[in-house]
Amino acid sequence: MSAILIIEQILNGLQFGIMLFLMAAGLTLIFGVMGLINLAHGSLYMIGAFAAAATAGATGSFLLALVAALAAAAIVGAIVEIVVIRRLYCAAHLDQVLATFALILIFSEGTRWIFGSFPLFLDVPSYLSGPVSLPGGIQYSLYRLALIVIGLLVALGLWWLTARTRLGIQIRAGENDREMIAALGVDISKLYTLVFALGAALAGLAGALVGAIQSVQVGMGEPVLILAFVVIVIGGIGSIKGAFIGSLLVGLTDTLGGIFLPELFKLYMEPGAASQTGSALASMAVYILMSIVLVWRPTGLFGARA
Amino acid sequence: MSNVVLETRGLQKSFGALKATDDVSLRLKTGEIHAIIGPNGAGKSTLIGQISGGLRPDAGSVHFAGRDVTGLSTAARAAAGLARTFQISALAMEDTVLENALLGALGQSAQPWRFWAPAAKNKDLHLRAMAALERVGLAEAADQITANLSHGQRRQLEVAVALTLEPKAFVMDEPMAGLGAEGSKTMTGFLDELRSEAPILLVEHDMDAVFALADRISVLVYGRVVATGTVDEIRASREVKEAYLGDGA
Amino acid sequence: MIQERYINAPVIAGFLLLAIWAHLADEPFTITLATRAVLLALAAVGLNIALGIGGLVSLGHAVFFGLGGYAMGILAYHAQSFSPLELGSLTIVGTKSMPIIWLTAILVSALTALLIGLISLRTTGVYFIMITLAFGQMFFFFSISWSTYGGEDGLSIWVRNDFPGLNTLVPIQFFGICFLSLCLALILHSRLRASPFGLALNAARQVPQRVETVGLNPMRLKLLAFVISGAVTGLAGALFADLNRFVSPTMFSWQLSGELIVLIIIGGVGRLMGPVIGAALFVTLEHVLGDMTDFWHVWLGVILLLIVLFARGGVIGLLTGKAGPHV
Repeated sequence: MSAILIIEQILNGLQFGIMLFLMAAGLTLIFGVMGLINLAHGSLYMIGAFAAAATAGATGSFLLALVAALAAAAIVGAIVEIVVIRRLYCAAHLDQVLATFALILIFSEGTRWIFGSFPLFLDVPSYLSGPVSLPGGIQYSLYRLALIVIGLLVALGLWWLTARTRLGIQIRAGENDREMIAALGVDISKLYTLVFALGAALAGLAGALVGAIQSVQVGMGEPVLILAFVVIVIGGIGSIKGAFIGSLLVGLTDTLGGIFLPELFKLYMEPGAASQTGSALASMAVYILMSIVLVWRPTGLFGARA
Repeated sequence: MSNVVLETRGLQKSFGALKATDDVSLRLKTGEIHAIIGPNGAGKSTLIGQISGGLRPDAGSVHFAGRDVTGLSTAARAAAGLARTFQISALAMEDTVLENALLGALGQSAQPWRFWAPAAKNKDLHLRAMAALERVGLAEAADQITANLSHGQRRQLEVAVALTLEPKAFVMDEPMAGLGAEGSKTMTGFLDELRSEAPILLVEHDMDAVFALADRISVLVYGRVVATGTVDEIRASREVKEAYLGDGA
Repeated sequence: MIQERYINAPVIAGFLLLAIWAHLADEPFTITLATRAVLLALAAVGLNIALGIGGLVSLGHAVFFGLGGYAMGILAYHAQSFSPLELGSLTIVGTKSMPIIWLTAILVSALTALLIGLISLRTTGVYFIMITLAFGQMFFFFSISWSTYGGEDGLSIWVRNDFPGLNTLVPIQFFGICFLSLCLALILHSRLRASPFGLALNAARQVPQRVETVGLNPMRLKLLAFVISGAVTGLAGALFADLNRFVSPTMFSWQLSGELIVLIIIGGVGRLMGPVIGAALFVTLEHVLGDMTDFWHVWLGVILLLIVLFARGGVIGLLTGKAGPHV
């Protein structure tokens, strides 16, 4: 258990968390502004990954692949918002859950229909592959470092968007009082479509970026979606700051838990049982964290206080 | 004082920089109707929330039937006999009139946890519910779906549910809201008789009703009680005129 | 427009008649299909108690389904391998007796529902949905990583468990057990709904602030409903694992949680027979459409979308012409 290993795992945790943030930010924005719980967000993640893989396969360019991911997810997001999601804003949560669950079914099976059941491959581009030397003698994957940087840039961008632009003001006002901004002449439907497409683009970007280090396959989005929900619950629904801190907490807990818990148990049990118990418990670590936060703060760390 | 049923002492509540309740001390005595009036934004809802239990005051206390109930939940205060009606009727719209009244009776009984025997067959609950409905004149409508009732009937049902608690005090939030002249007259007459059973803390905008019913009136402006007195005293008070009409009126 | 009770009787009778016919016509596969539908219906009846009466959108009810399944799997595994389970100083001997397995499934599910409910019911609706979904995922990953009981591959039980006096391997007899359980659960739902508790819970769904001001605690009402609901779904899980003689992490999956809600909405949420009609239609669709195309889930999604947007009351809503409870 060297310091180098620990730092490596911390970086992994950060990378995992930052990618989770891309999902969670979109989800929390959509809920904060439109009051909609969107289960289809995982599908948008998947669509981004597939678009990227297909584009990279056809053109060989990773950059184009990312653009394709953003575009595909945003366009699909906008279409879905106009055709389906729009009707759900005033609906009960159950309706929103069911309708977006229906979208998952349609998108997942639809993608399987088009692309088949076997995973696609998206390769890390050569200029980002390989290790990079960090201070302290640590060798870390350049690509993963790039993901962290990209994620932080996106976070910065989102902060700038909400704090410094007109759109951001509309978004923040919309979060506080939906009826009021409509009365003030803001074109609500355009705003909502834009916010939804923005969230979708973020999800698609995350899918493409992560798709290069994991596989691109149907159903890849839902586990990430559910973890993003955990992030939002921890951070507080509607709070991007909460989503950011929550994502990092979840990313670090999951990664470090997976490493340290088996080690911890090795102090008390024999290695075989320790690994078993440790990794089983590690799989639960994030949810236990969520439970602890909820017991202490039922609406999350930065959520609206009841 | 033994005839004080409900009392607030120095209630304070702020939301950020906004002081919604500023050192409010009120008393409700047996047999009286104490009205709370004030311009919009005066903090009446916040005050009611702290009295009936949904809001926690930043400072001060609420006393009911001789106990300090400041730390008690809404449900606990209701179980102790504090009945509250809402400005916007809080009724189960899908259920019948009788079912809404049964709900009230249920709260007072020891029976909400029984899950096998039908509620409709329970004689005690039924008796209590029907008695309340009869008093407000809704007994014939017992089997109607609440969503189909007129606005006036819903306001009556709102009062009926409060009655099923056989309460020690009422906190009523604009019972006249939305009632026309006829409905207001009926409701006013009803509340007039009700005061002898249990005192009423009445928050109202309808001045005719207030002047007809109130034994005492407190005027709430920007969260402060600026005047308390009888109907005549309040009518004559300069502070009240200023509060409502602004300086220089 | 047909009244709801005239729909209820034929539906439940229909299941029974179908199974009897299949038995007489020597079509064991149809009996198995019917049993599958009955058990999905049972799981959904459990959910409907929390969802339809209490308004609790639990997107993680597969937790209880899986717990029931694994209760069966673990107990039967230790019995069939003749190795007791050592938990520190506690030794649990396996068993293949259904009544004991069911009791275990029910207790474990109820306890878990209590814990999950205590954590999640202090928050508002959307949090509850996300939290229940998350807990489902937690159990899913946990069961994958717990390799003692098969991990990702699941656990096979060689012989169906025993019920005193019956030969549970005979399809119609096992169907009978499942069908009876479903009927009992339906009676429970019905009595619950008509009871004082049901009245209060139903009101807590519609107008919680009123429930508080009459002296009742909405959170406690919902918690009890959630516990009962989890217990019923847990029983369904134990029986389901017995039907397939197999339990695996997929019993904890979010897809299953979603399907349970879908079943209810197809039939009619909050309606007594909603889950039963929904399960029947779902299993039929699965069988018929599944034969035609590998991608039948696309069509399920389209149907579901249409129902949510245009026929929100489900089948019962369409037939009776009256809206059901607004959940």
